[in-house]
Amino acid sequence: MKFAYYPGCSANGSGIEYGMSMERTAKILGFELQELEDWNCCGATSGHNTNKLLSLALPARNLVIAEKMGLNSVVAPCAACYSRHRNVEHVVKHDPAMKDMIEQVLELEIQGTTETLSILDVLVNKIGINAIEEKVTNPLTTMKAACYYGCLLVRPVEHTGFDDPEDPQTMDKVMQALGAEPVAWSHKTECCGAAMVTSRPDVGARMLYRVLKDAKENGAECIVTACPLCMLNLDMRQAAVERQYGEKFNLPIYYITELLAIACGDAPQTVGIEKHFVEAGKYLEVVKARAAEAKAAAEQAAQEAAAEAKSKASGAKAQSPSEEVDPKKVDAFIAAFSKNPKKIAAKLIEDEAEAEILVSVLDEKKIANLAKLMASDQDKAQKAAKAYVAAAQKKQGN
Amino acid sequence: METAHQLPHGANQMLDLIEAEAGTKVNLCYQCGKCTAGCPAAFAMDYPPRQVIRLLQLGFVEEALNANSIWICASCETCSTRCPRGVDIASLMDTMRRKALQRGKTDKKVAAFNKAFLSNVKNFGRAYEAGLTLQYNLTTGQLFKDMELGLPMMQRGKVSIFPEKIKARAEIKKIFERAEKLGGDN
Repeated sequence: MKFAYYPGCSANGSGIEYGMSMERTAKILGFELQELEDWNCCGATSGHNTNKLLSLALPARNLVIAEKMGLNSVVAPCAACYSRHRNVEHVVKHDPAMKDMIEQVLELEIQGTTETLSILDVLVNKIGINAIEEKVTNPLTTMKAACYYGCLLVRPVEHTGFDDPEDPQTMDKVMQALGAEPVAWSHKTECCGAAMVTSRPDVGARMLYRVLKDAKENGAECIVTACPLCMLNLDMRQAAVERQYGEKFNLPIYYITELLAIACGDAPQTVGIEKHFVEAGKYLEVVKARAAEAKAAAEQAAQEAAAEAKSKASGAKAQSPSEEVDPKKVDAFIAAFSKNPKKIAAKLIEDEAEAEILVSVLDEKKIANLAKLMASDQDKAQKAAKAYVAAAQKKQGN
Repeated sequence: METAHQLPHGANQMLDLIEAEAGTKVNLCYQCGKCTAGCPAAFAMDYPPRQVIRLLQLGFVEEALNANSIWICASCETCSTRCPRGVDIASLMDTMRRKALQRGKTDKKVAAFNKAFLSNVKNFGRAYEAGLTLQYNLTTGQLFKDMELGLPMMQRGKVSIFPEKIKARAEIKKIFERAEKLGGDN
């Protein structure tokens, strides 16, 4: 599978881990990203705050580049870039007059064949959850994650449309495939206020505080994002919000692509985890240790359950020994007796000397009898074996 | 929706312009308040979203353009997504920001940031985060804003010292010039 790739301006700067982990994700899952040749900035919020036509023309130029490269699916990992490109695709389809204006500004023709995709759309709908599960080698078992979609990945729904705008699920599904436990929380699509940072940091801080608090209160131990602006805000400004509100959150923030690469075997440094502001490596170690513990506990529980089931089964047979004796088992025990009588005798009698006596007195009839009892009731088989030994000892003594 | 106070549409050219550019009609609104209830920034607004729409419905366009609300709005689109009447409130806010900017009624910090951001894009074809921060801080007189974050950003390799420049810079400049001419906004 091959996609045109629009990294966006942050992939080499503030969102460098997103760029790194995006490339790793593509390698791991086996899809190709071909960077748009000489792409330009989408204009972001400043564009649409200033000049509508410019805010449409800038991303439209990138889409024309994709069309010329013969690639119609464009992956834009940044939620803001994604939103701007989706927006112009919508206008090109539904507003012929505006499309005409954009073409005049660009002095280029727009075919309108492209579809810009978010990374979540790619993972769930193009690659598929099963294909992701197959690649997981180090599952993030016990990781309690708040999947944070923010605003622009799912809104406005007529531009995005790949997930529910109120209770989206795609990131939750990916996290489950990675072995993690997404928590239920109410702020998964609430705006974090990243856009307020320059103009009204006080307003932005309160919006950010509410998102962090809701995640924490619902049992999240980390937050997962698919947007470099959310990352910048949640990660870099978390300490300031903690100071301002006098509350500790200690919530490491991860890109979904970072966690995917790590769950598929990458070392955290490979995807830039050490570049985060809120220390994010330790929690991965905690999860790793807990996952190992959980695995060991599950294995032990499975063994115990099997043993219990076995003893229950033999207990049930003890109550009705005449019925339900599996002839195959009986035959197997007879075969085992003739192959290695000592081993079977040891199973019935602990004392080595007595076991030897048992082996010496065994004949076809006794073997058949013991085999039948072993297949139905181990206790009775042991008692019978002891009785044979006692009889032999008595005989010898006489 | 008809009210006794409502001005006839033709009487308010600015409202017509705003509605046309925003692609939505304020008279669809029945004032349920769902937009305000869901707005994550309403706590800081002088007129929350429902009241901004009400101002427009009543023809108080100047008041709406003067509201701090349009600069508090984070463009998160929650209001438009939830509106049961299909009013694109976020698009109205966006349009009003542009109209306010044209008339010089603007939040100086937002305007300074947007200007710095777009001049980067116009010159280099890409946003240049380090230069942007510096330019913004210089023009707004907040020299030490986010200083405590600047150095750690550099240590983490999250700031490119030099701008990334695309080849088609001349083409981008022309796009800006034509958009400014045709869009008539700047």
